[in-house]
Amino acid sequence: MAIFKEGDEIVRELSFSLAQNEAFDEEMARDPRVFIIGEDIGEHWGGPMGQFRGLFAKYGAERILETPISETAMMGAAIGAAATGMRPVAAMMFVDFLGVAADELLNQLQMRYMFGGKTTLPLTILAGIGTGVSAAAQHSKSLFGWLIAIKGLKIVVPSTPYDAKGLLKSAIREDNPVIFLSHKMLGGRLTSEIPDEEYTIPLGKADIKREGTDVTVVATAFMVHRALSAAATLQEEGISLEVIDPRTLVPLDKQAIFDSVRKTGRLVIISEEPRTGSWAAEVSATVVEEAFDYLDSPIKRVCAPDTPVPFTPGQEKFWTPDEDDLIKAVREII
Amino acid sequence: MNIEKDRLIDMYRTMVRIRQFEERVSKEFASGNIPGFVHLYIGEEASGTGACAALRPDDYITSTHRGHGHVIAKGGRMDRMMAELFGKKTGYCKGKGGSMHIADTDLGILGANGIVGAGIPLAGGAALSARMRGTDQVVICFLGDGASNRGTFHEGINLAAVWQLPVVYVLENNLYAEKTRISDTYKLTNLSDRAGAFGIPEVTVDGNDVIAVYEAVQVAVEKARAGEGPSLIECKTYRIHGHFEGDPQTYKPAEEVEEWKKKDPIDNFRKRLADMGVLTDEDTGAIDREVAGEIDDAVRFAVESPFPAPEEALEDVFA
Ligand SMILES: Cc1ncc(C[n+]2csc(CCOP(=O)(O)OP(=O)(O)O)c2C)c(N)n1
Ligand SMILES: [Mg+2]
Repeated sequence: MAIFKEGDEIVRELSFSLAQNEAFDEEMARDPRVFIIGEDIGEHWGGPMGQFRGLFAKYGAERILETPISETAMMGAAIGAAATGMRPVAAMMFVDFLGVAADELLNQLQMRYMFGGKTTLPLTILAGIGTGVSAAAQHSKSLFGWLIAIKGLKIVVPSTPYDAKGLLKSAIREDNPVIFLSHKMLGGRLTSEIPDEEYTIPLGKADIKREGTDVTVVATAFMVHRALSAAATLQEEGISLEVIDPRTLVPLDKQAIFDSVRKTGRLVIISEEPRTGSWAAEVSATVVEEAFDYLDSPIKRVCAPDTPVPFTPGQEKFWTPDEDDLIKAVREII
Repeated sequence: MNIEKDRLIDMYRTMVRIRQFEERVSKEFASGNIPGFVHLYIGEEASGTGACAALRPDDYITSTHRGHGHVIAKGGRMDRMMAELFGKKTGYCKGKGGSMHIADTDLGILGANGIVGAGIPLAGGAALSARMRGTDQVVICFLGDGASNRGTFHEGINLAAVWQLPVVYVLENNLYAEKTRISDTYKLTNLSDRAGAFGIPEVTVDGNDVIAVYEAVQVAVEKARAGEGPSLIECKTYRIHGHFEGDPQTYKPAEEVEEWKKKDPIDNFRKRLADMGVLTDEDTGAIDREVAGEIDDAVRFAVESPFPAPEEALEDVFA
């Protein structure tokens, strides 16, 4: 955390993890029904990105519940508690581990619908996503395409500490199951100015991270930063990218994408996931169906190849979409 | 045994309701009035009835695919359940759930479940929630012999054990999981022996003896309510019908079926109530007839209720 003065103002710059940490703290202080359940989130560690640090000291073992290595029991318990009046936050470490609790996601989370609207499930699931640290196939996925296929689940994918804090607070207040995905590469030096005053960001509202006129680029999480850096490079050649960050995959702010495509006539979706069955495919199909007339050229998807995530750094880099891939795709349609 | 007369009579009535409800469902299913799968509880009435009799109205249960009996025992409405089985708008789930998803959260019924063993972790969550909210509510988690071979059994009960959560696991051992006999899937004689692996109390009872079930579950419920953690109770019972309606049941030896029919939980309880001087044959006959009227009313309600509009399928995804 950095705190400095800009004129008369005190500016607070927080990292991705600290911004989330503030959101947890504020929401736990605000609502005694909120608690966190997960592995290694307590006294001794504070979570894989440190996002839970200090919470155990403040809220104790009553509300920071450390479980045995039992993802199924944890997710099931979170759902059971949510159905009976609590507001659990289930920390799943990596999105890859959701497979262990797949039944809970695919078949239990849908309680509200199956019971004809009778229950609400105010539940937040936290999971880390993404490549970048050679964590290999079982700790590097993003699973966007898989997650959007689960019905009754909202999906949050922040790209900045500012968004992370505001979206996380909304997720915890939401009366529906929400999964909040934190990309590993956002955990480093990236900071945002975080106001002292409380704020929330609604789910389902995209943010234009950079305005432009020639090509719309839809990007989430770490890919937003790659899109911004590609935009800076192309700007030098006089090509102007507009970078849209939907911030939530479900609900999807389709209108923001349509409005941008209407202006630019061109769309590239960059998404850190294998191409087949991807969220990027879904966005592409949606634009073709509902905003085809705005398009002046084919839509391009910049995705990973259809393989598991490789380990060795050279291969992992090859696998992960980057600025060069994006620039190449832009050139193909401009 | 020291059980009030009214409670004994209630238990008898509940068992008869379950039996008649299920027999009627069997008929309605055979007539094509009920879509989907139905798994009937005939022969197992004593375990659900005895277990739920040990609960307060604000306590919870998690149920299974064979859940109609649990719902009735916890006080669920037969008309709304029947309407749900028929797929009607007035059903418990507005026609969205059917037999395997009947729920009435106002009565603490956290749902039947189409996934075997899925209720085990959910029950832990409800129990955790009860404790965090500062109530002394208890959760009964019903599960089958088949369910106790799932990973959720290990994870869910271990977690409840280490956290001393107020859950009572009622394992209804009806000898079969679908067509598979337990001797093919267990090396144990008493399935409750697995409790030892979690360090929690275990009890094995005659699951066709409603009083034995009630007494065993009551002890476990009191423990749970007092903060002394979960217990595992195995009820040895038998499913008289097939796994689902329409199951040809070629896997059941005829002698076995005959033997278990002699252990019918309702017939035996009726005799016992007469011996105890609680209900005469005339009294039980009157109860049986009253219940038959309730079942007719439930079916009429289901038949006369409208189906939901197709577009209503789009509702209830999110709050
Ligand atoms: C996870 C899962 N696996 C398989 C099935 C299919 N299935 C439905 S009921 C059943 C048998 C369950 O046996 P048991 O737990 O003993 O309950 P019972 O039917 O005897 O009441 C099976 C295998 C399922 N619904 N869920
Ligand atoms: Mg069985």
